[in-house]
Amino acid sequence: MDSDSELLLRLRSGDERAFVSLVERYHEPMLRLAASFVPNRAVAEEVVQDTWLAVLRGLENFEGRSSLKTWLFRILVNRARSTGSKEQRSVPVADPEPAVDPSRFGGDGGWADPPEHWIEAAERRMEAGKLADRVRGCLGELPARQREVVLLRDLEGMSSEEVCAVLALTEGNQRVLLHRGRSRLRQLFEDEFREVR
Amino acid sequence: MKLLHRRDLVCREAVELVTDYLEGTLSARAQRRFEAHLAGCPHCTEYLAQMRETISLTGRLEPEDLTPQMRDEFTDLYRRWQSEQQ
Repeated sequence: MDSDSELLLRLRSGDERAFVSLVERYHEPMLRLAASFVPNRAVAEEVVQDTWLAVLRGLENFEGRSSLKTWLFRILVNRARSTGSKEQRSVPVADPEPAVDPSRFGGDGGWADPPEHWIEAAERRMEAGKLADRVRGCLGELPARQREVVLLRDLEGMSSEEVCAVLALTEGNQRVLLHRGRSRLRQLFEDEFREVR
Repeated sequence: MKLLHRRDLVCREAVELVTDYLEGTLSARAQRRFEAHLAGCPHCTEYLAQMRETISLTGRLEPEDLTPQMRDEFTDLYRRWQSEQQ
């Protein structure tokens, strides 16, 4: 598969297949991210369509100071934000949100109700191809701001610096959202996949 | 009097350090303290393994392929944009 920089070169030389390849690579990830900013799928699709057009129009002026991917997602996030949010977005990061339900620890701070085993069960279902929908479902249950960070870091494989640039977050807030999102997701997976005893 | 330094981590605190640990942002001292806790705590060791598995499961989601209809739509979009250029 062509790297993003090769696609960019081909795109600049007017190769329409390069554009379709780029869409193929990023359309779905962009839809997923857009969906956490706007009220419904239809609006998310509109935002992503607009983004692709903006990408074509901006191509000439893209200077390559950030990666192509970071640039695409920044355009998307700017558009999605101005289109409107489905929830109060100024959720204060300072609000405490423990990684694990405090009732699972005893008075001494040690586990009273320790993590249930689920890794093997999840791997078996993964091999059987029965897992992806459930993983997607669990991601959908995260609060929007946590989901955005988890998607970009763990699914798109972006660095923390890239995620801060795309979502306009400070490094500290990025890490708090990542921690809460992953912690919550772990709990959802535990509920979903734990061995039935 | 309570001894303030070198107090051992408790599990409730250890689970809050997992992300910083995986990000490599703990100080050397905090990292040693975290690892010392793990060495004596199978539950927190399991917890850390589950956080790694959580990251890994998310990372293995595949983007769904574009439908042929969508491919056509985007080819059209590209052509419309190109004709604007001329």
